[in-house]
Amino acid sequence: MATGNGVPGRPAEVAAGSPAAEDSLLAPLPTKRMVLNMGPSHPATHGVTKIVVELDGETVTDAKIEIGFLHRGFEKSCENSTWTQVFPYTDRLNYVSSIMNNVGYALAVEKLCKLDVPERAKYLRVISSELHRICDHLTLVGATGLELGAMTIVIFAVEARDLVWDRLTELCGARLTSNYARIGGVTRDMPEGWAEKTLKTLDRVAEVREEIDALLTRNRIFADRLRGVGVISRADAIDYGFTGPCLRATGEPYDVRKAAPYLVYDRVDFDVPVGTNGDTFDRYLIRIEELRQSDRIVRQCLAQSEPGEIIVQDFRYALPPKPLVYGTIEGVMAHFKQMMEGVKVPAGEAYSYTEAANGELGFYLVSDGGGRPYKIGVRAPVWPMLMALPSMTKGRLLADLVPVYDSINYIAGEVEQ
Amino acid sequence: MSKAVIDALVARFPAAVHDPYVGVGGDDCAFVRRESILEVCRFLKAESGFDMAPYITAVDYLGQTPRFEVVYNLYATKANARVRLRVKVGEGEELPSVTSVWRGADWFERYCFDMYGIRIAAHPDLRRLLMYDEFEGHPLRKDYPLRGRQPLVPEREVRDIFRGPGPATRD
Repeated sequence: MATGNGVPGRPAEVAAGSPAAEDSLLAPLPTKRMVLNMGPSHPATHGVTKIVVELDGETVTDAKIEIGFLHRGFEKSCENSTWTQVFPYTDRLNYVSSIMNNVGYALAVEKLCKLDVPERAKYLRVISSELHRICDHLTLVGATGLELGAMTIVIFAVEARDLVWDRLTELCGARLTSNYARIGGVTRDMPEGWAEKTLKTLDRVAEVREEIDALLTRNRIFADRLRGVGVISRADAIDYGFTGPCLRATGEPYDVRKAAPYLVYDRVDFDVPVGTNGDTFDRYLIRIEELRQSDRIVRQCLAQSEPGEIIVQDFRYALPPKPLVYGTIEGVMAHFKQMMEGVKVPAGEAYSYTEAANGELGFYLVSDGGGRPYKIGVRAPVWPMLMALPSMTKGRLLADLVPVYDSINYIAGEVEQ
Repeated sequence: MSKAVIDALVARFPAAVHDPYVGVGGDDCAFVRRESILEVCRFLKAESGFDMAPYITAVDYLGQTPRFEVVYNLYATKANARVRLRVKVGEGEELPSVTSVWRGADWFERYCFDMYGIRIAAHPDLRRLLMYDEFEGHPLRKDYPLRGRQPLVPEREVRDIFRGPGPATRD
């Protein structure tokens, strides 16, 4: 049944005497290109994306991505709310690792205000960010397993993620949309005994992670489906603007936490895994390794952090504590001004970037000196990867599109803002 | 470190690059004239090693002329240096595309067109990114209301209801 076109398999492996080469004696029957719409509602496209693929048999010849189905007007809504009211909006950007969005935005505002947060707040931000990074990577590994049919993996990953979420619920009050950071610090301190519980949770997550690693990394089917798939070269990746695990998979060792350390990343010891091939398997391996490194970071931070203030003691930026609000006139005034008019951020513009789970999450803020942002621009880490998706999948099979699409960790919230 | 880059830029393009300044947090920035942005970007990529354009966005300064400002945040991987270029664009004026310099500028320029209505010249595929094609207006402009209403859009025509949508570039 094999004709000249549409023979599955990697062309490079076709040897001289194999059946595929003998097809040169057959009369080629040109087949028509089929356009397949992997529409916005599709089990494999996380969130909503429309990928229109043009197929030649099963080989992808062209792909066009259409986004915007989850565009909720983040930037416009933020222009009409105060600086602090933006935090719940940022939660819903990358909703799988929302604390990192909160912290990224808080750092950007603090850059404009020239504020330095207290030490304990920095440690709390890093601990919660890394816990959410663990959740994000677990979700991704689980989703990749799920898409490829290894459904056990997603159940394990979700179990581990749930344990981390329990700790985060105790810390910030919500599993997913944490709304934890504030301008100048964080909202809540760790509850009693949280540190010990978190260490135990990390131990349990480590067990699950090692089990997932053992099940997947040397799994013949998994490796075959991921190795050599969705390859992008280092130069191309940089040209497109890749950042994060997808860039490091190509061999470029760029990590914002090492290149431009913020918060307490210069005080903790961790490695940054870098891949070589730029394919999907490397991206998966990097994420598993980052799970281990995040674990290290959280343990070190829990050991290093000292008790102290969790928010800057400047009532122009942080709400005064309730005894002062109810007891002193200055407290009432500060609270009222902040609630009604918003924190007055000095006029100017700033671009601040952090290492989110997917890459460089940037916030470009413009302030006109008032209580509401003039402009908030979010740099979604996944946009460059989506731009490059057609070139990563051209010439490959349709079935290869799914692991490539998974490995870039497309989270609809941040892409579509 | 990037100050040297900005100084080199000002020296090389004295007419195009004006008002360099150091922003909050030590960011090195400069304003660039609209006509020369492509040359400046080529120079930065070729000579100063700015091989990545992580973020390009636009701001609407309603009340000022020129009204819009397109901001290019650039990054040099080898030198670990960042620079910010700001280009003032008036309403109806066109901005040359920098996708020939960095392929990753593609969607950011489409976003500037979609959200602000800034036309980009010589862009490979300038169409709306986040909004649907039939959307009227440009949402992030300051004169677009927060809760703007849009007219009902007639259903898109499917040329052949039996065979389905056509080539990827058409439908």
